[in-house]
Amino acid sequence: MTDLAIEATGLTKSYGKTKALAGVDLAARKGTVLGVLGPNGAGKTTAVRILATLLRADDGVATVNGFDVRTEANLVRQNIGLTGQFASVDDDLTGTENLVMIGQLLDLPVKTAKARAAELLAWFDLAEAAKKKAKNYSGGMRRRLDLAASLVGRPPVIFLDEPTTGLDPAKREDMWDVVRSLVSDGSTVLLTTQYLEEADALADEITVIDHGRVIAHDTPHGLKRVIGGQRLTVHPVDPARYDDLLTLLSGMVPVDGHAPEPNGRGALTIRVDSDDVLPDVVARLRAAGIAVDEFSLHLPSLDEVFFTLTGTRSGESRDFDDTEEVPA
Amino acid sequence: MSAMILTGGASTAPHKRFSLKHALVLAKRDLIKMTRTPEQFLDVTLQPIIFLSLFTYIFGGALAAGSQHKYLEFLLPGMLAQTIAMTSVAIGQNLHSDIDKGVFDRFRALPIGRATPLIGAVLAQFTRYLTVCVVTMAIGYILGFRIATDPLQVLAALALAICFAACFAWVSVFVGMTVRSAGAVQGVMFLFIFPLSFGSNVFVQTTTMPGWLQAFVNVNPLSHLVSAMRGLMLGASAGPVDVGAQVGWTLAWCAILLIVFFPLALRGYIRRA
Repeated sequence: MTDLAIEATGLTKSYGKTKALAGVDLAARKGTVLGVLGPNGAGKTTAVRILATLLRADDGVATVNGFDVRTEANLVRQNIGLTGQFASVDDDLTGTENLVMIGQLLDLPVKTAKARAAELLAWFDLAEAAKKKAKNYSGGMRRRLDLAASLVGRPPVIFLDEPTTGLDPAKREDMWDVVRSLVSDGSTVLLTTQYLEEADALADEITVIDHGRVIAHDTPHGLKRVIGGQRLTVHPVDPARYDDLLTLLSGMVPVDGHAPEPNGRGALTIRVDSDDVLPDVVARLRAAGIAVDEFSLHLPSLDEVFFTLTGTRSGESRDFDDTEEVPA
Repeated sequence: MSAMILTGGASTAPHKRFSLKHALVLAKRDLIKMTRTPEQFLDVTLQPIIFLSLFTYIFGGALAAGSQHKYLEFLLPGMLAQTIAMTSVAIGQNLHSDIDKGVFDRFRALPIGRATPLIGAVLAQFTRYLTVCVVTMAIGYILGFRIATDPLQVLAALALAICFAACFAWVSVFVGMTVRSAGAVQGVMFLFIFPLSFGSNVFVQTTTMPGWLQAFVNVNPLSHLVSAMRGLMLGASAGPVDVGAQVGWTLAWCAILLIVFFPLALRGYIRRA
């Protein structure tokens, strides 16, 4: 047996004419986090649903903890927890009732199921809401309950499909801590996300997919080396100085040959491969007398990642009818 | 860790067999939901009360030679059969909206038999069937209905009605898995239920109908159920009915409904991923 908890080769899936997956390979080593990064409609959810046995691939092979998702679906189901993009908890049941029901379906004795429910509710900071119906929970609480529900059976492999979409930043950090503690307990996590920042913070390896294809697979470090680490976004106070700013920044980056990119709202973004550049930029701005009201350093957005990897914006040609893909 | 889970007494078969315990856990879920939205019981409580009273006093005078009491005796078993068949509309609607909400994704990813969530939902319906029986018999008693046989035969009649309802429910489950919106379930189900309930012997004697209609009414599963129930509740005063044969026909229809619609419903459910 390999040390891979998740292994998928050549997964394809079409809905009518729409190609949701056009041959995707995924691999996650045991006890690690695999980040699957991609925009809406890239095929992330389809891939997760196939691996979680909710959906059958048209073609390709996938195993989870060594079990084939097609021929050994029930064994796969004994080994996974799934938290979907939309919290799938029962609104009319209380937090406790939701979790106890899952425990009983996993053949835990009632007493054990209740104890496990209480333990999870406490861990996810839901103990006070345990007796409230899930419909009265806030969005963040529902997400936590949903995640708790997928952990009742202590599954060794956990799928998290965009677990932080729609959560405020503080709640997102909490979710990240949960993922980290799951992995430190030995679980394998496959996490889909639209944020490079999230993948960077959690994943041991990142697979970038777009239009149902893998366009990159690397460690966060390796990926950042390709797409360039940080981005510096500068916005001039006076819009009339935009061209001067462009000239100034263009003069700074011949090192790697990447021209500054316009970043909407009259701002410009350049790749920064070394922190040394920053004081230099500030000095030149002062010398040129260009006042700026934004000067921010950040990881590239998904849009910028895709621009670097594919030369097109991720939002482009998202129209599925045109995606009768160029042969690779 | 995975090895521990595998040897932890869990089945290692690639396909999980159906477990009644799982189905009951899921039925309990539905029961909790029902008690929290008691409006769901209107069609099995108020509806039989209103319909039985209305029909008895509106049609009774005209249809049973002026004797509302005679018409009540004739109508009650039929009304009960019609009401209990109609209760099936709800299950298709409920399952459809449950699946839309994503709760069933969680069940699908659990190591339980595939049909279990559907079977659990049908099991929960038994509380509604029992309610129909109790309410209809009670209002019937108040209006003057008296059984002419013995309690055992009446229980057999009610059990037959419940059995029919539980099999007919699979038509609704199938429709719920197939149509695009929960609201459409009702429309499609009424297409099944109206010809069955009005093209039957529920309201009038079959012999008063034209021959071509009699041909339909006589094979209608609901007619068989009603004839069997009349025989079991009213005995000789139900007229010349071969109760055994009618029970047999009803059970045969139950088997047909189950054999045809259970696999169709399950296939619809699996495809609706």
